[in-house]
Amino acid sequence: MVNMKDISINSVCLRTLDKKAPAALKTYLDLGGYQVWQRIIKERPDPSELIQTIRNAILKGRGGAGFLSGLKMRFIADDAPHPRYLVCNSDEGEPGTCKDTLIMQYNPHQLLEGMLIACYAQGMSACYHYIRGEYQAQFDACETAIAEATTRGFVGENILGSSVNIHIYNILGAGSYIVGEESAMLESLEGRPALPRSKPPFPAVYGLYGKPTTVNNTETIASIPLIIEKGADWFLEMGCENSGGAKIFCLSGHVKNPGVFEVPLGTSFDTLLSLAGGMRTKAPLKAIIPGGSSMRVLPAKATKSLTMDYDALAKAGSSLGTGGVIVMDRNTCMVQTLACISRFYKHESCGQCTPCREGTGWVVRLLDRILDGKATQSDLTMLRDVTNSAEGRTICAFGEAFTWPVQSFLEHFYDEFEYYVHNKHSMVTGCQVKGGRDV
Amino acid sequence: MTSVDYRLPLTVKKAIAVWVAKFPKGRQSSAVIMALRLLQQAEGVLQKHHLDAIAVHLDMPLIQVESVFRFYSMFYQHSVGKHVFKVCNSVSCYLRDSERILAHLEKRLGVARNEVTEDGLFTIQETECLGACCQAPCMVINDSNYHYELTPEKLDVLIDQLKQEVS
Repeated sequence: MVNMKDISINSVCLRTLDKKAPAALKTYLDLGGYQVWQRIIKERPDPSELIQTIRNAILKGRGGAGFLSGLKMRFIADDAPHPRYLVCNSDEGEPGTCKDTLIMQYNPHQLLEGMLIACYAQGMSACYHYIRGEYQAQFDACETAIAEATTRGFVGENILGSSVNIHIYNILGAGSYIVGEESAMLESLEGRPALPRSKPPFPAVYGLYGKPTTVNNTETIASIPLIIEKGADWFLEMGCENSGGAKIFCLSGHVKNPGVFEVPLGTSFDTLLSLAGGMRTKAPLKAIIPGGSSMRVLPAKATKSLTMDYDALAKAGSSLGTGGVIVMDRNTCMVQTLACISRFYKHESCGQCTPCREGTGWVVRLLDRILDGKATQSDLTMLRDVTNSAEGRTICAFGEAFTWPVQSFLEHFYDEFEYYVHNKHSMVTGCQVKGGRDV
Repeated sequence: MTSVDYRLPLTVKKAIAVWVAKFPKGRQSSAVIMALRLLQQAEGVLQKHHLDAIAVHLDMPLIQVESVFRFYSMFYQHSVGKHVFKVCNSVSCYLRDSERILAHLEKRLGVARNEVTEDGLFTIQETECLGACCQAPCMVINDSNYHYELTPEKLDVLIDQLKQEVS
């Protein structure tokens, strides 16, 4: 186990968190902020060098998919037409995830500098920063940051007296989970319902208003200034093999002190749990969902000597996802918990693809039938069949997002589902909970 | 009021212009989400003539305005109270007893979910993940004002305060 003293906490995207006025421009400048940006404007390095540094750092997308960010940036062809757009995805909404909110509220300048560098590196002159509708305070913080940076000439027309023009626009949504899917976000920015687009063409070719576009998560973009400042090796060394840098983890559920911690990738789960003060009560750990509610659940035994990085979590049978770690203790009824998770996906399905629109409803109705004590053994088989026939058959990854929880809960806690079906009450609580709540 | 008579309030028009300016020329329909939000703030639950006015103002098809209005959850489809409590019931809040919070609110305010209290002050709604999972259970009032680590006691204090503001 890692010695707690050796762990560097909040050293990249959340490095202003312990400062007196975390979001202020002065705080960020005192940390050496915007120096990279000033150097870029002065020296005008070859954009491909910047992208190569990000590639060498093995920065992976922090929004959930974990795709190599440097590679994604390379998808914009050198001769791609202009204008090109950057879209920063701050539509945080995956249950268990509350990290981008902190970056926007407490370190908006680093995010802004990241957007500027990413725009320069990809030949873009505009970035749309899409913030979820309820994050009014975070929107305000980002607006203030742009106003402050504008007075210094860091953003806008003729940046620092040069011929470089980059405009950053903060945009607010109006309540939708699926808008976090990158092509759905482009639809929303164009003033339509957030229905994911069929791909190909990918956004790098046909994005916002049909122009070449890159969509990146907030945490990904906010990591860029330090990678360029300190180099790819610095970032790599902080993480572990195949997983560069630090990652923000949000520990929620049955921990003593739920909280958000940015730690090096490869930190052990035990260390993370200790940072959150351990379990809430004496009831021991039963399961975790390591990366937001759409990732596969892992039973407690799978967390023994588990490290939190892309490879280790894949090997354990789940995924790092967004870093939203949902912790459940022994007193958690897995049937009810899955019903809660599945109701979310039923509510948020955009309805475009039949397997998802119908499948999410089937899952909820079957789970409600179990909760009501009206299910038979064959309903459990049907539950599995419904998810098997939806996975991989939808336009976007929502088909996986709603099926993975069902499949993994059944895989690891089948006895609880079977017990509920046969005894018409929960194996854990001994109670029957009425299902059938409309969503 | 018939749709012919309705005009967007000048303050709303001005506020919409700020958003239209963020998008490229000719892409004013990109501002429809914020236009609807601003109009809802000014007029309450939006009616057909409001959507008509937005469509005309942004020079876009009415069906597109209507589909946006129907799609995003922050647009009210039914009448609501002055203070809309949206209580998160996604998994992190659920694991920290959000059901107890919802039940307390229903009992204290004497209404079921999605109803309006007799004095027109309150509506309770269940909502999906609000992105405050480490301060669960949480809720947002009128889609912008967050309240964290809720307890029945905290809710009682809050409700008393909001009632006093009126009287």
